[in-house]
Amino acid sequence: MATSTHEPAIVARELTKRYGDVEAVRGVSFEVGAGEIVGFLGPNGAGKTTTVRMLSCFLPPTTGTASIHDIDVRERPRDVKRLIGVCPQEDNLDPDFHVLKNLLVYGRYFGISHRVVRDRALELLAFVALSDKAHAPIASLSGGMKRRLVLARALLNEPRVLILDEPTTGLDPQARHAIWTRIRSLRSHGTTVLLTTHYMEEASQLCDRVVVMDGGRILLEGSPLALVEREVGRTVVEAWNYAEDFVQFLRTLPGRLEEVGDRLYFYPEESDHVERLFDQRFPHQERLIRRATLEDVFLKLTGRALRE
Amino acid sequence: MSAMRDILRNVSLRSFRVWQRDLDVYLTNWKTEFLPPLSEPILYVFAFGFGLGSLIHSVRYEGRELSYLRFMAPGIVAVAIMFWSYFETTYSSFVRMYYQRTFDAILATPLLVEDVILGELLWGATKAVIASTIMLGVLSLLGLVSWPAGLWVIPLSVVAGVMFSALGLVVTSVTKNISSFNLPMFLMVMPMFMFSGTFFPVSILPRWVFAIAWCLPLTHVSYLVRAAVLGWPRGPLVWSVLYILVLAAVLSALALRLMKRRLIQ
Repeated sequence: MATSTHEPAIVARELTKRYGDVEAVRGVSFEVGAGEIVGFLGPNGAGKTTTVRMLSCFLPPTTGTASIHDIDVRERPRDVKRLIGVCPQEDNLDPDFHVLKNLLVYGRYFGISHRVVRDRALELLAFVALSDKAHAPIASLSGGMKRRLVLARALLNEPRVLILDEPTTGLDPQARHAIWTRIRSLRSHGTTVLLTTHYMEEASQLCDRVVVMDGGRILLEGSPLALVEREVGRTVVEAWNYAEDFVQFLRTLPGRLEEVGDRLYFYPEESDHVERLFDQRFPHQERLIRRATLEDVFLKLTGRALRE
Repeated sequence: MSAMRDILRNVSLRSFRVWQRDLDVYLTNWKTEFLPPLSEPILYVFAFGFGLGSLIHSVRYEGRELSYLRFMAPGIVAVAIMFWSYFETTYSSFVRMYYQRTFDAILATPLLVEDVILGELLWGATKAVIASTIMLGVLSLLGLVSWPAGLWVIPLSVVAGVMFSALGLVVTSVTKNISSFNLPMFLMVMPMFMFSGTFFPVSILPRWVFAIAWCLPLTHVSYLVRAAVLGWPRGPLVWSVLYILVLAAVLSALALRLMKRRLIQ
Protein backbone atom coordinates (compact mmCIF):
# COMPACT_ATOMS: atom_id res chain seq x y z
CA MET A 1 0.00 0.00 0.00
CA ALA A 2 1.24 3.42 -0.90
CA THR A 3 1.32 5.73 2.06
CA SER A 4 -0.55 8.99 1.89
CA THR A 5 2.63 11.08 1.87
CA HIS A 6 3.59 9.58 -1.48
CA GLU A 7 0.10 9.76 -2.90
CA PRO A 8 0.09 11.86 -6.06
CA ALA A 9 -2.35 14.76 -5.96
CA ILE A 10 -3.26 14.56 -9.64
CA VAL A 11 -3.16 11.51 -11.88
CA ALA A 12 -4.12 11.60 -15.57
CA ARG A 13 -4.07 8.48 -17.74
CA GLU A 14 -4.35 8.62 -21.53
CA LEU A 15 -6.70 11.60 -21.46
CA THR A 16 -8.19 12.55 -24.80
CA LYS A 17 -10.70 15.17 -25.84
CA ARG A 18 -12.25 15.14 -29.29
CA TYR A 19 -14.56 17.72 -30.84
CA GLY A 20 -15.94 16.13 -33.97
CA ASP A 21 -12.88 15.54 -36.13
CA VAL A 22 -10.61 17.76 -34.06
CA GLU A 23 -8.55 16.08 -31.35
CA ALA A 24 -7.71 18.82 -28.86
CA VAL A 25 -5.97 16.46 -26.44
CA ARG A 26 -4.50 13.19 -27.71
CA GLY A 27 -3.62 10.74 -24.97
CA VAL A 28 -2.00 12.71 -22.19
CA SER A 29 -0.66 10.96 -19.07
CA PHE A 30 1.05 12.61 -16.12
CA GLU A 31 1.18 12.82 -12.35
CA VAL A 32 1.55 15.75 -10.01
CA GLY A 33 2.87 14.96 -6.56
CA ALA A 34 1.25 16.45 -3.46
CA GLY A 35 2.86 19.82 -2.69
CA GLU A 36 4.46 20.11 -6.12
CA ILE A 37 4.13 23.14 -8.43
CA VAL A 38 3.89 22.02 -12.03
CA GLY A 39 3.61 24.32 -15.03
CA PHE A 40 2.05 23.41 -18.37
CA LEU A 41 3.67 25.23 -21.26
CA GLY A 42 2.69 25.26 -24.90
CA PRO A 43 1.63 27.52 -27.73
CA ASN A 44 -2.01 28.50 -28.20
CA GLY A 45 -4.05 25.46 -29.15
CA ALA A 46 -1.58 23.04 -27.54
CA GLY A 47 -4.35 21.54 -25.40
CA LYS A 48 -3.30 23.00 -22.04
CA THR A 49 -6.60 24.64 -21.19
CA THR A 50 -8.61 21.64 -22.40
CA THR A 51 -6.51 19.36 -20.18
CA VAL A 52 -6.96 21.66 -17.21
CA ARG A 53 -10.71 21.91 -17.82
CA MET A 54 -11.00 18.14 -17.84
CA LEU A 55 -9.15 17.93 -14.52
CA SER A 56 -11.46 20.50 -12.95
CA CYS A 57 -14.65 18.70 -14.12
CA PHE A 58 -15.70 21.32 -16.65
CA LEU A 59 -15.33 19.01 -19.62
CA PRO A 60 -15.88 15.28 -19.67
CA PRO A 61 -12.87 13.49 -21.22
CA THR A 62 -13.63 11.63 -24.45
CA THR A 63 -11.48 8.72 -23.25
CA GLY A 64 -9.01 8.15 -20.45
CA THR A 65 -9.24 8.86 -16.74
CA ALA A 66 -8.21 11.58 -14.35
CA SER A 67 -8.36 11.76 -10.58
CA ILE A 68 -7.58 14.25 -7.85
CA HIS A 69 -6.40 12.61 -4.61
CA ASP A 70 -7.76 9.29 -5.91
CA ILE A 71 -11.22 10.71 -6.64
CA ASP A 72 -12.27 10.18 -10.24
CA VAL A 73 -13.31 13.39 -12.00
CA ARG A 74 -16.09 11.67 -13.90
CA GLU A 75 -17.50 9.54 -11.11
CA ARG A 76 -17.54 12.09 -8.29
CA PRO A 77 -17.26 15.62 -9.71
CA ARG A 78 -18.80 17.25 -6.63
CA ASP A 79 -16.15 15.70 -4.36
CA VAL A 80 -13.35 16.63 -6.73
CA LYS A 81 -14.54 20.22 -6.92
CA ARG A 82 -14.65 20.43 -3.14
CA LEU A 83 -10.91 19.63 -3.07
CA ILE A 84 -9.74 22.02 -5.77
CA GLY A 85 -9.56 25.75 -6.31
CA VAL A 86 -9.88 26.98 -9.88
CA CYS A 87 -8.59 30.21 -11.34
CA PRO A 88 -9.94 30.34 -14.91
CA GLN A 89 -8.29 32.03 -17.85
CA GLU A 90 -11.04 34.61 -18.22
CA ASP A 91 -12.15 36.56 -15.19
CA ASN A 92 -15.64 35.50 -14.25
CA LEU A 93 -16.14 37.52 -11.09
CA ASP A 94 -19.77 38.33 -10.43
CA PRO A 95 -20.24 41.93 -11.64
CA ASP A 96 -23.57 42.15 -9.79
CA PHE A 97 -21.81 42.08 -6.40
CA HIS A 98 -19.02 44.06 -4.76
CA VAL A 99 -15.66 42.48 -3.88
CA LEU A 100 -16.45 40.99 -0.46
CA LYS A 101 -19.92 39.85 -1.51
CA ASN A 102 -18.32 37.96 -4.41
CA LEU A 103 -16.47 35.84 -1.89
CA LEU A 104 -19.44 35.46 0.45
CA VAL A 105 -21.73 34.24 -2.34
CA TYR A 106 -19.01 31.93 -3.65
CA GLY A 107 -18.58 30.40 -0.20
CA ARG A 108 -22.29 29.54 -0.17
CA TYR A 109 -21.82 27.37 -3.26
CA PHE A 110 -19.42 25.28 -1.17
CA GLY A 111 -21.87 25.17 1.70
CA ILE A 112 -19.46 26.96 4.04
CA SER A 113 -21.31 28.64 6.91
CA HIS A 114 -21.68 32.41 6.72
CA ARG A 115 -19.54 33.17 9.78
CA VAL A 116 -16.66 30.95 8.65
CA VAL A 117 -16.76 32.27 5.12
CA ARG A 118 -16.80 35.88 6.29
CA ASP A 119 -13.69 35.47 8.44
CA ARG A 120 -11.94 33.54 5.70
CA ALA A 121 -12.92 36.09 3.05
CA LEU A 122 -11.50 38.98 5.08
CA GLU A 123 -8.29 37.01 5.66
CA LEU A 124 -7.95 36.25 1.97
CA LEU A 125 -8.61 39.86 0.98
CA ALA A 126 -5.72 40.81 3.26
CA PHE A 127 -3.60 38.04 1.70
CA VAL A 128 -4.12 39.45 -1.81
CA ALA A 129 -3.87 43.06 -0.58
CA LEU A 130 -7.47 44.01 -1.39
CA SER A 131 -8.76 44.74 2.12
CA ASP A 132 -9.46 48.38 1.33
CA LYS A 133 -11.44 47.36 -1.76
CA ALA A 134 -13.84 45.09 0.14
CA HIS A 135 -16.88 47.12 -0.84
CA ALA A 136 -15.72 48.29 -4.26
CA PRO A 137 -17.71 47.26 -7.34
CA ILE A 138 -15.95 44.74 -9.59
CA ALA A 139 -15.98 47.14 -12.54
CA SER A 140 -13.77 49.56 -10.60
CA LEU A 141 -10.92 47.04 -10.17
CA SER A 142 -7.80 46.99 -12.35
CA GLY A 143 -6.82 43.84 -14.23
CA GLY A 144 -4.27 42.92 -11.58
CA MET A 145 -6.77 43.42 -8.76
CA LYS A 146 -9.31 41.22 -10.55
CA ARG A 147 -6.75 38.44 -10.93
CA ARG A 148 -5.84 38.70 -7.25
CA LEU A 149 -9.51 38.52 -6.31
CA VAL A 150 -9.99 35.46 -8.54
CA LEU A 151 -7.02 33.88 -6.74
CA ALA A 152 -8.55 34.71 -3.35
CA ARG A 153 -11.85 33.22 -4.51
CA ALA A 154 -10.09 30.02 -5.63
CA LEU A 155 -8.62 29.69 -2.10
CA LEU A 156 -11.92 30.16 -0.28
CA ASN A 157 -12.60 26.44 0.15
CA GLU A 158 -9.03 25.84 1.38
CA PRO A 159 -8.22 23.63 -1.62
CA ARG A 160 -5.56 20.95 -1.53
CA VAL A 161 -5.02 21.41 -5.25
CA LEU A 162 -4.99 24.78 -6.98
CA ILE A 163 -5.50 24.90 -10.74
CA LEU A 164 -4.46 28.18 -12.36
CA ASP A 165 -5.08 28.72 -16.06
CA GLU A 166 -2.77 31.51 -17.21
CA PRO A 167 -2.87 33.33 -13.86
CA THR A 168 -0.86 36.38 -14.98
CA THR A 169 -1.66 36.83 -18.67
CA GLY A 170 -2.09 40.50 -19.49
CA LEU A 171 -0.76 41.81 -16.18
CA ASP A 172 1.96 44.39 -15.68
CA PRO A 173 5.23 43.25 -14.00
CA GLN A 174 4.21 44.52 -10.55
CA ALA A 175 0.89 42.69 -10.66
CA ARG A 176 2.60 39.57 -11.99
CA HIS A 177 5.16 39.53 -9.19
CA ALA A 178 2.38 40.08 -6.65
CA ILE A 179 0.65 36.92 -7.89
CA TRP A 180 3.94 34.96 -7.90
CA THR A 181 4.66 35.90 -4.30
CA ARG A 182 1.24 34.54 -3.29
CA ILE A 183 1.70 31.31 -5.23
CA ARG A 184 5.11 30.75 -3.59
CA SER A 185 3.69 31.29 -0.14
CA LEU A 186 0.99 28.69 -0.90
CA ARG A 187 3.70 26.19 -1.72
CA SER A 188 5.12 26.60 1.75
CA HIS A 189 1.67 25.60 3.05
CA GLY A 190 1.79 22.39 1.06
CA THR A 191 -0.80 23.30 -1.55
CA THR A 192 -0.36 21.47 -4.86
CA VAL A 193 -0.39 23.87 -7.80
CA LEU A 194 -0.94 23.12 -11.46
CA LEU A 195 -0.63 26.17 -13.69
CA THR A 196 -0.60 26.89 -17.38
CA THR A 197 1.41 29.78 -18.73
CA HIS A 198 2.87 31.42 -21.81
CA TYR A 199 5.58 33.06 -19.77
CA MET A 200 8.76 31.03 -19.55
CA GLU A 201 10.02 33.25 -16.79
CA GLU A 202 6.91 32.46 -14.79
CA ALA A 203 7.51 28.74 -15.22
CA SER A 204 11.21 29.07 -14.26
CA GLN A 205 10.41 31.19 -11.25
CA LEU A 206 7.60 29.11 -9.82
CA CYS A 207 7.64 25.55 -11.02
CA ASP A 208 9.37 22.49 -9.63
CA ARG A 209 8.61 20.83 -12.91
CA VAL A 210 7.33 21.89 -16.31
CA VAL A 211 5.41 19.93 -18.91
CA VAL A 212 5.66 21.12 -22.51
CA MET A 213 2.61 20.40 -24.69
CA ASP A 214 2.00 20.90 -28.37
CA GLY A 215 -0.63 19.55 -30.74
CA GLY A 216 -2.52 17.90 -27.90
CA ARG A 217 0.44 15.83 -26.72
CA ILE A 218 3.10 16.11 -24.04
CA LEU A 219 6.45 16.70 -25.73
CA LEU A 220 8.58 16.44 -22.63
CA GLU A 221 8.73 17.22 -18.93
CA GLY A 222 11.30 17.86 -16.25
CA SER A 223 12.66 20.49 -13.89
CA PRO A 224 13.20 23.84 -15.65
CA LEU A 225 16.98 23.77 -15.13
CA ALA A 226 17.44 20.17 -16.21
CA LEU A 227 15.28 20.73 -19.29
CA VAL A 228 17.28 23.75 -20.41
CA GLU A 229 20.57 21.94 -19.87
CA ARG A 230 19.41 18.83 -21.66
CA GLU A 231 17.65 20.44 -24.60
CA VAL A 232 19.74 23.53 -25.39
CA GLY A 233 22.79 23.50 -23.17
CA ARG A 234 24.01 26.39 -21.04
CA THR A 235 24.69 29.21 -23.46
CA VAL A 236 23.03 30.89 -26.40
CA VAL A 237 24.77 33.25 -28.80
CA GLU A 238 22.58 35.73 -30.63
CA ALA A 239 24.17 37.71 -33.45
CA TRP A 240 22.94 40.35 -35.89
CA ASN A 241 24.46 42.38 -38.75
CA TYR A 242 26.68 39.44 -39.52
CA ALA A 243 28.54 38.45 -42.70
CA GLU A 244 28.77 35.05 -44.37
CA ASP A 245 32.23 34.36 -42.97
CA PHE A 246 30.85 34.55 -39.44
CA VAL A 247 28.23 31.95 -40.32
CA GLN A 248 30.93 29.78 -41.89
CA PHE A 249 33.00 30.13 -38.74
CA LEU A 250 30.08 29.04 -36.51
CA ARG A 251 29.51 26.01 -38.70
CA THR A 252 32.98 24.77 -37.78
CA LEU A 253 32.10 24.81 -34.08
CA PRO A 254 30.19 21.93 -32.44
CA GLY A 255 26.64 23.06 -31.74
CA ARG A 256 23.31 23.92 -33.33
CA LEU A 257 22.90 26.92 -35.61
CA GLU A 258 19.59 28.59 -36.45
CA GLU A 259 18.86 31.61 -38.62
CA VAL A 260 15.61 33.44 -37.93
CA GLY A 261 14.93 36.53 -40.00
CA ASP A 262 17.96 38.77 -39.66
CA ARG A 263 19.10 37.12 -36.46
CA LEU A 264 21.43 34.19 -35.88
CA TYR A 265 21.08 31.81 -32.93
CA PHE A 266 23.93 29.50 -32.00
CA TYR A 267 23.66 26.89 -29.27
CA PRO A 268 27.26 25.72 -28.61
CA GLU A 269 27.92 22.29 -27.18
CA GLU A 270 30.94 23.60 -25.36
CA SER A 271 30.20 27.01 -23.91
CA ASP A 272 33.29 27.72 -21.80
CA HIS A 273 35.48 29.27 -24.48
CA VAL A 274 32.90 30.74 -26.79
CA GLU A 275 33.30 34.30 -25.62
CA ARG A 276 37.12 34.29 -25.82
CA LEU A 277 36.96 32.64 -29.23
CA PHE A 278 34.65 35.37 -30.54
CA ASP A 279 36.81 38.11 -29.07
CA GLN A 280 39.80 36.73 -30.93
CA ARG A 281 38.22 36.00 -34.30
CA PHE A 282 35.31 38.44 -34.64
CA PRO A 283 35.89 41.18 -32.07
CA HIS A 284 33.54 43.64 -33.84
CA GLN A 285 30.68 41.27 -34.52
CA GLU A 286 27.47 42.54 -32.86
CA ARG A 287 26.38 39.77 -30.55
CA LEU A 288 24.91 38.75 -27.24
CA ILE A 289 26.11 35.76 -25.26
CA ARG A 290 23.60 34.77 -22.64
CA ARG A 291 22.45 31.87 -20.52
CA ALA A 292 19.99 29.51 -22.18
CA THR A 293 16.45 29.79 -20.84
CA LEU A 294 13.25 27.83 -20.90
CA GLU A 295 12.13 30.05 -23.77
CA ASP A 296 14.91 28.58 -25.93
CA VAL A 297 13.70 25.09 -25.07
CA PHE A 298 10.16 26.08 -25.85
CA LEU A 299 11.02 27.55 -29.25
CA LYS A 300 13.23 24.60 -30.12
CA LEU A 301 10.43 22.16 -29.36
CA THR A 302 7.45 24.02 -30.73
CA GLY A 303 9.08 26.01 -33.53
CA ARG A 304 9.01 29.70 -34.30
CA ALA A 305 6.03 29.76 -36.65
CA LEU A 306 3.05 31.81 -35.49
CA ARG A 307 0.14 29.67 -34.32
CA GLU A 308 -2.88 31.93 -34.66
CA MET B 1 -38.25 6.48 -17.97
CA SER B 2 -34.48 5.96 -17.82
CA ALA B 3 -34.02 9.14 -19.86
CA MET B 4 -36.00 10.97 -17.18
CA ARG B 5 -33.90 9.41 -14.43
CA ASP B 6 -30.78 10.51 -16.29
CA ILE B 7 -32.03 14.07 -16.35
CA LEU B 8 -33.00 14.10 -12.68
CA ARG B 9 -29.95 12.20 -11.40
CA ASN B 10 -27.80 15.26 -10.79
CA VAL B 11 -30.51 17.65 -9.67
CA SER B 12 -30.03 18.62 -6.03
CA LEU B 13 -31.09 21.08 -3.37
CA ARG B 14 -27.89 22.99 -4.11
CA SER B 15 -29.79 24.67 -6.94
CA PHE B 16 -31.20 26.76 -4.09
CA ARG B 17 -27.79 28.50 -3.95
CA VAL B 18 -28.16 29.64 -7.55
CA TRP B 19 -31.69 30.86 -6.84
CA GLN B 20 -30.35 32.65 -3.75
CA ARG B 21 -27.65 34.36 -5.83
CA ASP B 22 -30.23 35.72 -8.26
CA LEU B 23 -32.44 36.81 -5.37
CA ASP B 24 -29.50 38.67 -3.78
CA VAL B 25 -28.94 40.59 -7.02
CA TYR B 26 -32.66 41.36 -7.19
CA LEU B 27 -32.69 42.66 -3.62
CA THR B 28 -29.63 44.82 -4.33
CA ASN B 29 -31.57 46.52 -7.13
CA TRP B 30 -35.02 46.24 -5.56
CA LYS B 31 -36.00 49.84 -6.19
CA THR B 32 -35.68 49.53 -9.94
CA GLU B 33 -36.95 45.94 -9.92
CA PHE B 34 -40.16 46.79 -8.10
CA LEU B 35 -41.21 49.71 -10.25
CA PRO B 36 -42.14 47.95 -13.54
CA PRO B 37 -44.62 45.42 -12.13
CA LEU B 38 -46.09 48.23 -10.04
CA SER B 39 -46.51 50.71 -12.86
CA GLU B 40 -47.35 48.24 -15.63
CA PRO B 41 -50.92 47.45 -14.52
CA ILE B 42 -51.58 51.14 -13.92
CA LEU B 43 -50.48 51.95 -17.47
CA TYR B 44 -52.62 49.17 -18.93
CA VAL B 45 -55.63 50.15 -16.86
CA PHE B 46 -55.38 53.75 -18.02
CA ALA B 47 -54.66 53.03 -21.68
CA PHE B 48 -56.91 50.07 -22.31
CA GLY B 49 -59.32 50.05 -19.41
CA PHE B 50 -60.25 53.73 -19.43
CA GLY B 51 -59.32 54.49 -23.04
CA LEU B 52 -60.53 51.48 -24.95
CA GLY B 53 -63.01 50.62 -22.23
CA SER B 54 -64.95 53.87 -22.83
CA LEU B 55 -65.64 52.66 -26.40
CA ILE B 56 -66.58 49.15 -25.33
CA HIS B 57 -69.22 49.24 -22.68
CA SER B 58 -69.35 45.59 -21.78
CA VAL B 59 -67.92 42.25 -22.71
CA ARG B 60 -69.81 39.00 -22.84
CA TYR B 61 -67.67 36.33 -21.14
CA GLU B 62 -68.71 32.84 -20.03
CA GLY B 63 -72.37 33.77 -20.35
CA ARG B 64 -72.19 36.96 -18.31
CA GLU B 65 -71.85 40.66 -19.02
CA LEU B 66 -68.95 42.54 -17.38
CA SER B 67 -67.15 45.86 -17.86
CA TYR B 68 -64.17 45.89 -20.23
CA LEU B 69 -61.85 46.90 -17.40
CA ARG B 70 -62.92 43.96 -15.24
CA PHE B 71 -62.47 41.62 -18.19
CA MET B 72 -59.02 42.90 -19.17
CA ALA B 73 -57.41 43.20 -15.71
CA PRO B 74 -56.84 39.42 -15.14
CA GLY B 75 -55.45 39.19 -18.69
CA ILE B 76 -52.60 41.56 -17.92
CA VAL B 77 -51.73 39.54 -14.80
CA ALA B 78 -51.41 36.44 -16.99
CA VAL B 79 -49.28 38.37 -19.48
CA ALA B 80 -47.04 39.57 -16.65
CA ILE B 81 -46.51 35.96 -15.49
CA MET B 82 -45.35 35.07 -18.99
CA PHE B 83 -43.20 38.15 -19.60
CA TRP B 84 -41.40 38.19 -16.26
CA SER B 85 -40.44 34.53 -16.27
CA TYR B 86 -39.74 34.24 -19.99
CA PHE B 87 -37.57 37.37 -20.08
CA GLU B 88 -35.66 36.28 -16.99
CA THR B 89 -34.57 32.96 -18.49
CA THR B 90 -33.93 34.35 -21.96
CA TYR B 91 -32.24 37.76 -21.87
CA SER B 92 -31.15 37.72 -18.22
CA SER B 93 -29.96 34.10 -18.11
CA PHE B 94 -28.14 34.64 -21.40
CA VAL B 95 -26.31 37.65 -19.96
CA ARG B 96 -25.31 35.59 -16.92
CA MET B 97 -24.26 32.61 -19.04
CA TYR B 98 -22.55 34.36 -21.96
CA TYR B 99 -21.39 37.83 -20.97
CA GLN B 100 -20.84 37.54 -17.21
CA ARG B 101 -19.73 33.87 -17.25
CA THR B 102 -21.51 33.50 -13.93
CA PHE B 103 -22.39 29.87 -14.70
CA ASP B 104 -18.73 29.05 -15.36
CA ALA B 105 -17.78 30.50 -12.00
CA ILE B 106 -20.47 28.47 -10.24
CA LEU B 107 -19.43 25.28 -12.04
CA ALA B 108 -15.99 25.47 -10.39
CA THR B 109 -17.75 24.78 -7.07
CA PRO B 110 -19.49 21.55 -5.96
CA LEU B 111 -22.56 22.58 -7.96
CA LEU B 112 -23.25 20.72 -11.20
CA VAL B 113 -24.72 22.04 -14.40
CA GLU B 114 -28.14 20.66 -13.45
CA ASP B 115 -28.12 22.68 -10.23
CA VAL B 116 -27.43 25.86 -12.18
CA ILE B 117 -30.21 25.22 -14.70
CA LEU B 118 -32.76 24.30 -12.04
CA GLY B 119 -31.77 27.35 -9.98
CA GLU B 120 -32.33 29.61 -12.98
CA LEU B 121 -35.65 27.92 -13.72
CA LEU B 122 -36.89 28.43 -10.17
CA TRP B 123 -35.69 32.02 -10.13
CA GLY B 124 -37.59 32.75 -13.36
CA ALA B 125 -40.72 31.32 -11.75
CA THR B 126 -40.07 33.42 -8.66
CA LYS B 127 -40.00 36.58 -10.77
CA ALA B 128 -43.43 35.61 -12.13
CA VAL B 129 -44.77 35.14 -8.60
CA ILE B 130 -43.34 38.47 -7.42
CA ALA B 131 -44.80 40.33 -10.43
CA SER B 132 -48.23 38.75 -10.23
CA THR B 133 -48.42 39.39 -6.48
CA ILE B 134 -47.57 43.08 -6.87
CA MET B 135 -50.02 43.46 -9.73
CA LEU B 136 -52.74 41.70 -7.79
CA GLY B 137 -52.21 44.22 -5.01
CA VAL B 138 -52.53 47.19 -7.36
CA LEU B 139 -55.62 45.78 -9.11
CA SER B 140 -57.13 45.00 -5.73
CA LEU B 141 -56.83 48.67 -4.74
CA LEU B 142 -58.80 49.50 -7.90
CA GLY B 143 -61.46 47.02 -6.79
CA LEU B 144 -60.82 44.65 -9.67
CA VAL B 145 -60.01 41.47 -7.69
CA SER B 146 -62.48 39.25 -5.91
CA TRP B 147 -61.15 37.76 -2.69
CA PRO B 148 -60.31 35.14 -1.52
CA ALA B 149 -60.59 33.46 -4.96
CA GLY B 150 -57.88 35.85 -6.22
CA LEU B 151 -55.34 34.04 -4.02
CA TRP B 152 -55.39 31.17 -6.53
CA VAL B 153 -53.29 33.42 -8.75
CA ILE B 154 -50.25 32.70 -6.53
CA PRO B 155 -50.06 28.90 -7.04
CA LEU B 156 -51.05 29.44 -10.66
CA SER B 157 -48.15 31.77 -11.21
CA VAL B 158 -45.78 29.21 -9.67
CA VAL B 159 -46.76 26.54 -12.21
CA ALA B 160 -47.12 28.96 -15.14
CA GLY B 161 -43.88 30.64 -14.10
CA VAL B 162 -42.02 27.32 -14.23
CA MET B 163 -43.62 26.63 -17.62
CA PHE B 164 -42.61 29.95 -19.20
CA SER B 165 -39.16 29.91 -17.51
CA ALA B 166 -38.53 26.46 -18.95
CA LEU B 167 -39.73 27.68 -22.35
CA GLY B 168 -37.25 30.55 -22.04
CA LEU B 169 -34.38 28.20 -21.16
CA VAL B 170 -35.21 25.97 -24.12
CA VAL B 171 -34.95 29.04 -26.35
CA THR B 172 -31.73 30.17 -24.62
CA SER B 173 -30.17 26.73 -25.10
CA VAL B 174 -30.30 27.12 -28.89
CA THR B 175 -29.55 30.85 -29.06
CA LYS B 176 -26.12 31.83 -30.37
CA ASN B 177 -26.23 35.57 -29.71
CA ILE B 178 -28.50 37.90 -27.83
CA SER B 179 -30.15 39.49 -30.88
CA SER B 180 -31.44 36.05 -31.94
CA PHE B 181 -34.00 36.32 -29.15
CA ASN B 182 -36.01 38.64 -31.43
CA LEU B 183 -37.17 35.74 -33.56
CA PRO B 184 -38.99 33.67 -30.92
CA MET B 185 -40.17 36.97 -29.47
CA PHE B 186 -42.10 37.85 -32.64
CA LEU B 187 -43.07 34.33 -33.64
CA MET B 188 -44.14 33.04 -30.24
CA VAL B 189 -44.37 35.53 -27.42
CA MET B 190 -46.07 38.45 -29.20
CA PRO B 191 -48.73 36.23 -30.87
CA MET B 192 -49.53 34.81 -27.43
CA PHE B 193 -49.75 38.32 -26.03
CA MET B 194 -52.22 39.25 -28.81
CA PHE B 195 -54.32 36.12 -29.21
CA SER B 196 -54.51 34.44 -25.81
CA GLY B 197 -57.48 36.24 -24.36
CA THR B 198 -55.68 39.21 -22.87
CA PHE B 199 -57.64 42.00 -24.56
CA PHE B 200 -60.70 40.12 -25.84
CA PRO B 201 -62.33 36.74 -25.22
CA VAL B 202 -60.92 34.11 -27.59
CA SER B 203 -64.50 32.95 -28.23
CA ILE B 204 -65.09 35.91 -30.56
CA LEU B 205 -62.26 34.76 -32.88
CA PRO B 206 -63.00 32.89 -36.13
CA ARG B 207 -63.25 29.16 -35.55
CA TRP B 208 -59.79 28.18 -36.82
CA VAL B 209 -58.00 31.00 -34.96
CA PHE B 210 -59.97 30.02 -31.88
CA ALA B 211 -58.64 26.47 -32.19
CA ILE B 212 -55.06 27.71 -32.53
CA ALA B 213 -55.51 30.07 -29.57
CA TRP B 214 -56.39 27.13 -27.31
CA CYS B 215 -53.13 25.44 -28.23
CA LEU B 216 -51.14 28.37 -26.83
CA PRO B 217 -50.00 28.07 -23.20
CA LEU B 218 -50.92 31.68 -22.36
CA THR B 219 -54.59 31.09 -23.31
CA HIS B 220 -54.85 28.50 -20.55
CA VAL B 221 -53.04 30.70 -18.06
CA SER B 222 -55.31 33.67 -18.90
CA TYR B 223 -58.35 31.47 -18.59
CA LEU B 224 -57.35 30.22 -15.14
CA VAL B 225 -56.17 33.60 -13.83
CA ARG B 226 -59.42 35.20 -15.02
CA ALA B 227 -61.46 32.53 -13.25
CA ALA B 228 -59.51 33.26 -10.04
CA VAL B 229 -59.55 37.06 -10.22
CA LEU B 230 -63.23 37.25 -11.17
CA GLY B 231 -64.09 34.54 -8.66
CA TRP B 232 -65.99 32.53 -11.30
CA PRO B 233 -64.87 28.94 -11.00
CA ARG B 234 -66.89 27.81 -14.00
CA GLY B 235 -66.09 25.95 -17.18
CA PRO B 236 -63.69 23.05 -17.67
CA LEU B 237 -60.84 24.48 -15.54
CA VAL B 238 -59.33 21.05 -14.92
CA TRP B 239 -58.17 20.67 -18.53
CA SER B 240 -56.30 23.93 -18.41
CA VAL B 241 -54.73 22.99 -15.07
CA LEU B 242 -53.61 19.68 -16.55
CA TYR B 243 -52.32 21.43 -19.67
CA ILE B 244 -50.03 23.79 -17.76
CA LEU B 245 -48.87 21.08 -15.31
CA VAL B 246 -47.90 18.69 -18.10
CA LEU B 247 -46.32 21.38 -20.27
CA ALA B 248 -44.36 22.74 -17.27
CA ALA B 249 -42.96 19.24 -16.57
CA VAL B 250 -42.14 18.47 -20.20
CA LEU B 251 -40.50 21.84 -20.88
CA SER B 252 -38.49 21.64 -17.63
CA ALA B 253 -37.07 18.24 -18.59
CA LEU B 254 -36.31 19.54 -22.07
CA ALA B 255 -34.69 22.70 -20.68
CA LEU B 256 -32.40 20.64 -18.43
CA ARG B 257 -31.39 18.41 -21.29
CA LEU B 258 -30.78 21.13 -23.87
CA MET B 259 -29.08 23.59 -21.52
CA LYS B 260 -26.77 20.84 -20.31
CA ARG B 261 -25.80 20.16 -23.90
CA ARG B 262 -25.22 23.86 -24.43
CA LEU B 263 -23.06 24.29 -21.33
CA ILE B 264 -20.94 21.11 -21.52
CA GLN B 265 -19.16 20.40 -24.78
